Amino acid sequence: MLISLFVACYNDTLFPDTGKAVVTVLERLGHTVEFREAQTCCGQMHYNTGYRPEAIAVMKHFVETFRDAQIICVPSSSCVSMMREHYPKMAKDAGLETEIEELLPRVYEFSELLVDKFGITDVGASYPHTVTMHTSCHSIRSLHIGDKPERLLKAVQGLNLVKLPAADQCCGFGGTFAIKNAEVSSAMLDEKIKAITSTGASICTAGDNSCLMHIGGGLSRQDTGVTCIHLAEILAAREVSVQ
Amino acid sequence: MSVRVGEAAEAPDFRQAAHALLANKQVRANVRRATETIRNKRANVVGEMPDWEQLRDAGRAIKRRVMRNLDSHLEQFEAACTRAGGQVHWARDADEGNRIVTQIIQSHGQKEIIKVKTMTSDETQLNPHLEANGIIPWETDLADLIIQLGHDKPSHIVVPALHKNKTEIRTLFMEKMGLKELGTKPEDLTAAARAYLRERFLRVKVGYSGANFAVAETGSVCVVESEGNGRMCVTLPEIMITMVGIEKIVPSFDDLEVFLQLLPRSATGERMNPYNSIWTGVTPGDGPKEFHVILLDNGRTKVLADEESRETLHCIRCAACLNVCPVYRQTGGHAYGSIYSGPIGAILTPQLQSMEHSQSLPYASSLCGACYDVCPVKINIPEILIHLRTRIVENGDRGAAERIGMRMAAYTMSDAGRFSGAQKLVKIGAKPLESLGLPGWSASRDLPAIPKESFRDWWKKRQVEKNKA
Amino acid sequence: MSAKTDILKNIRQALGDDRGAELPVNRDYRASLGLDREAMVHLFIDRLVDYNATVYRTDAAGIAGTVADALRSRGKSGLVVPPGIDPSWLPQGYRFTADHDLDYDTLDAAEGALTASTAAIAFTGSIILTHSLAEGRRAISLIPDYHLCVVFESEIRGTVPEAIRSLASRRTCPITTIAGPSATADIEMMRVKGVHGPRTLDVIIVG
Ligand code: SF4
Repeated sequence: MLISLFVACYNDTLFPDTGKAVVTVLERLGHTVEFREAQTCCGQMHYNTGYRPEAIAVMKHFVETFRDAQIICVPSSSCVSMMREHYPKMAKDAGLETEIEELLPRVYEFSELLVDKFGITDVGASYPHTVTMHTSCHSIRSLHIGDKPERLLKAVQGLNLVKLPAADQCCGFGGTFAIKNAEVSSAMLDEKIKAITSTGASICTAGDNSCLMHIGGGLSRQDTGVTCIHLAEILAAREVSVQ
Repeated sequence: MSVRVGEAAEAPDFRQAAHALLANKQVRANVRRATETIRNKRANVVGEMPDWEQLRDAGRAIKRRVMRNLDSHLEQFEAACTRAGGQVHWARDADEGNRIVTQIIQSHGQKEIIKVKTMTSDETQLNPHLEANGIIPWETDLADLIIQLGHDKPSHIVVPALHKNKTEIRTLFMEKMGLKELGTKPEDLTAAARAYLRERFLRVKVGYSGANFAVAETGSVCVVESEGNGRMCVTLPEIMITMVGIEKIVPSFDDLEVFLQLLPRSATGERMNPYNSIWTGVTPGDGPKEFHVILLDNGRTKVLADEESRETLHCIRCAACLNVCPVYRQTGGHAYGSIYSGPIGAILTPQLQSMEHSQSLPYASSLCGACYDVCPVKINIPEILIHLRTRIVENGDRGAAERIGMRMAAYTMSDAGRFSGAQKLVKIGAKPLESLGLPGWSASRDLPAIPKESFRDWWKKRQVEKNKA
Repeated sequence: MSAKTDILKNIRQALGDDRGAELPVNRDYRASLGLDREAMVHLFIDRLVDYNATVYRTDAAGIAGTVADALRSRGKSGLVVPPGIDPSWLPQGYRFTADHDLDYDTLDAAEGALTASTAAIAFTGSIILTHSLAEGRRAISLIPDYHLCVVFESEIRGTVPEAIRSLASRRTCPITTIAGPSATADIEMMRVKGVHGPRTLDVIIVG
């Protein structure tokens, strides 16, 4: 199948490895990946901060870029949530109702694409580490992704998945919230970090690099030795355990 | 007309208030324990309801129906209540509501009232108003009594004194009730409150309450409670006064079958709260001989006018959204500078005040959506928060720097060429994210190093190589 | 302009004239538990016991005897009763004071009150009073510290909707629903039973 990757602006700039990993996994499964270079951003930051007209401009650009794409894969649950929750409303202002209505069913968050669309949980990865997973707010409460990422992880060879206490509690990122209310955000992050370190995992994963950038920033500042890595990168891995 | 929501107009902004509260370990521990307890209880009793989602949908639908024709529902309530011997008053704002209350009390030559917990009277600051007019308002809900005796402020909608622990309460009671001895157990403190209030329940001639629901069809009023102080206040006095926000109307008596399921399970995690009192006008030989209802606007019609956030008025004040909110969990209620705290406070307070005050509140959220998930009437709080942020931006109330930054970013983001140009700029700055000036961020979090190559650059190279091969 | 006119005008401005049809409410939530009477009584008893109420079961002929049992085990010599109480419910050897406008202090000094009830809800363990002559005005089941309440099995409903709908003819009476003795969790979230309402509740279920 031809899959069009919407990598998300922040992944493009800050976490290119995630995009590469998505390409690796999809190609390993026999699909063809395209990357439309005109793509930029979903408009989430603008929208959530109250800049609706600006967000609409970005949405328009997204629609133009992906109008004829058959399957759009997005390795960022918050971007997919932005599109599903808010594009329909914004579309009214932009006169793009039909376009959005037709486009949205073709947008898949990465784990949705694998589990729902392809019906696959074992993608042939091997990753001999103890891993814990933060269920990002958007993935559980907006996308209702449920245990899909968990099922994918459980099928990874050598991976020891440990449960994160209060996994569904927000890490405190919330886009500009982390800056506008930095202290409260940090207090929330502290709780998340305590929970992560209590698991004994060496790796913390999620389906969204925005949470992971936040959590990772705290883990590194507190010198915990725990690393954050996107779900796609684990699924792309073929590490052999050194014994 | 001037809308007032407690002292919210004078409160510091959320960020400032949170700063002080985050340092208070005791309060934070209390808040955490209390919210976790209620949250778990709620999850248990909601879990046993196979039809919870249907009930939520019905609750939401009923509230939408009310709002759609709020005017006729209010008139219907007035007519029914009047027929049953009640007297209905209307108040445009807090001051007008408070004045009506005082006039009723003074016309009977009374100097004291007994009050059952109501947020609305905190909103209108009824107590200071009464005190200024020489009337003593006795708070009878245990938590409200603790707040009143301590000259404190409520920090939670359902358990307003959760920030106080029992040692603090004991000291307060001994001092204010003039007790030489008092045990340390919650049972002892509760017994002290019972003894303190008993005499007042039996003696005071004027009762005062809010209402959880007011039924348009029958003119009935419903008060939901646990301690029995509500029953005392609405039954024993000769004169009864109820001030209720105009949004508390439900169309029909049978609609209570939905809300009396949603509210107790969401609010206190009980299958049913110990007591509900429902009464209609005046009943000869049973209870007060005179009953007054004050229908309060105080900004509500302004909220009604904004279609995108109208559903804020659906709130049944269960506080479930507070108990799951990760932001509230860190700061407690006082950071919100209003009697309405947590997620509902973040959307309600600024709207009641026509967005003139409390503009920091819509930003006091990471938009995690936990509130929307638990709300028994399915208010989409995250969506309303975003909508209010949009209104603030439209009013030009955010700084010019932010506005320009956002416009530039949108300009960049709507064109791939500009976007990739910006990516290159970011890279030139070496450790550039730090230099973008994110001091709040950097206090507790490292920023990722900027990769040498963006995804799109990698992809381009890969395509070139592929084409060669 | 009066406050009423102003408020209604604001509402009309906010909502406009064209409101469309009345919005539908889908009531597909559960109205019945689908339990037979005995199962329902058992569920109700479970809930009451959960609240620390002592529960007695008897038939119509046994009410007076059961009232005597309850009084004996609580060490009481008499109760206040509503003016319309069925005299056959009152056992010999105890003092029952009919409530003809007793003053609050008398009620406060009373050992307790015996009342009938209108309905009950098994699923939530609630008793519903609509303050008929056999249930008495609200004050008598409120001020005394002990409430002994008679509930007929035939009036036990499964769910809140069933109970609310069964009140159709009594909707404008004063209504009190009781689910266990008064309680608070206001101090450190620790539940304390017995605040202002009667601290002890006993229930006689009549089959
Ligand atoms: S917004 Fe919803 S959850 Fe929050 S207090 Fe109101 S009804 Fe309860």
